Amino acid sequence: MHVPDGYLDAATTAGTAAVAAAGVAIALRGARRELDERTAPMAGLTAAFVFAVQMMNFPVAYGTSGHLIGGALTAVLVGPWTAVLCMTVVLLVQALVFADGGLTALGTNVTLMALVAVAAGYGIFAGLRRVLPAGRTGVLTAAGLGAFLSVPAAALAFVLLFGAGGVADVPLGSVAAAMGAVHLLIGLGEAAITVAVLGAVLAVRPDLVRGARGLQVAPELAPRPSAAQPLDLR
Amino acid sequence: MTAPRRRTRAFLLAGILIALLIAGVGSYYANSSPDGLEATAAEQGFDSTARDSATAGSPLADYATAGIDSARLSGGLAGVVGVLLVLALAGGLVIAVRRRDDRAAVATHD
Repeated sequence: MHVPDGYLDAATTAGTAAVAAAGVAIALRGARRELDERTAPMAGLTAAFVFAVQMMNFPVAYGTSGHLIGGALTAVLVGPWTAVLCMTVVLLVQALVFADGGLTALGTNVTLMALVAVAAGYGIFAGLRRVLPAGRTGVLTAAGLGAFLSVPAAALAFVLLFGAGGVADVPLGSVAAAMGAVHLLIGLGEAAITVAVLGAVLAVRPDLVRGARGLQVAPELAPRPSAAQPLDLR
Repeated sequence: MTAPRRRTRAFLLAGILIALLIAGVGSYYANSSPDGLEATAAEQGFDSTARDSATAGSPLADYATAGIDSARLSGGLAGVVGVLLVLALAGGLVIAVRRRDDRAAVATHD
């Protein structure tokens, strides 16, 4: 899904860079509410993990591959605003160090994978959490569907950008059909990886999954961190 | 250090180790077919408009380490460097952004 330089014209590229910059600026403020001494290390780990898993392209039909985007997974683990920051760091390192995704297209890739994928994935997750049963299965189902749909959502956003400022003159309808079809398949992989990773974290440390708060029922009788520290009564 | 904190540290270290193993060893077995966007671009005929990134000359461009012939080693090293780089940058960023006000942290535990 990493857009190289040259697919989109200068105006559209600049537009996505402005959208990305605004999105990251808002996320910096929002993430302050999500991050504390406990969740910050988890966010660093999640970003590094997403970078690693993005290297694992899996085969989909017609000699094509796909890889995890990780927007939904990250948002469920550490919160949507922090997820925008984590995804942006991953995309920044990929563009600057690994030449994966264009350099001028960095704003485009942040828009697609840090903003659209996170917003779609987390929006669907949060919406489904309200209507699904509150247990572990409900969390995993909501996350899986959010992850699945976040991939075609990002692909559709690319198609819209391509319609606005694609350099090549090709019919938009067939680009949309091809992008949609292959990214629905990649979305299945996205959902499978997201559910597997979330399921594993929920099994060992449900308290570290931000999107599952209110789910855990005191996993052990260990003292909570705050109880072991002198209370600051202000 | 309290027991839950030690458990959290063990969890984080295990997570980093898994990420390093995926990027350093697992990535060699990744599928090398074009991804969804590349395949669509080729099929629809807009792949020719792609230009090389200005960072294409990076010593780690395309997840290969310059000067190392073994594909397994070259890609594995690139992956390990990438994981550590993302960990340092994302970790540093979120630590800079996080709340320092421990009232809020205490409130979430109560």
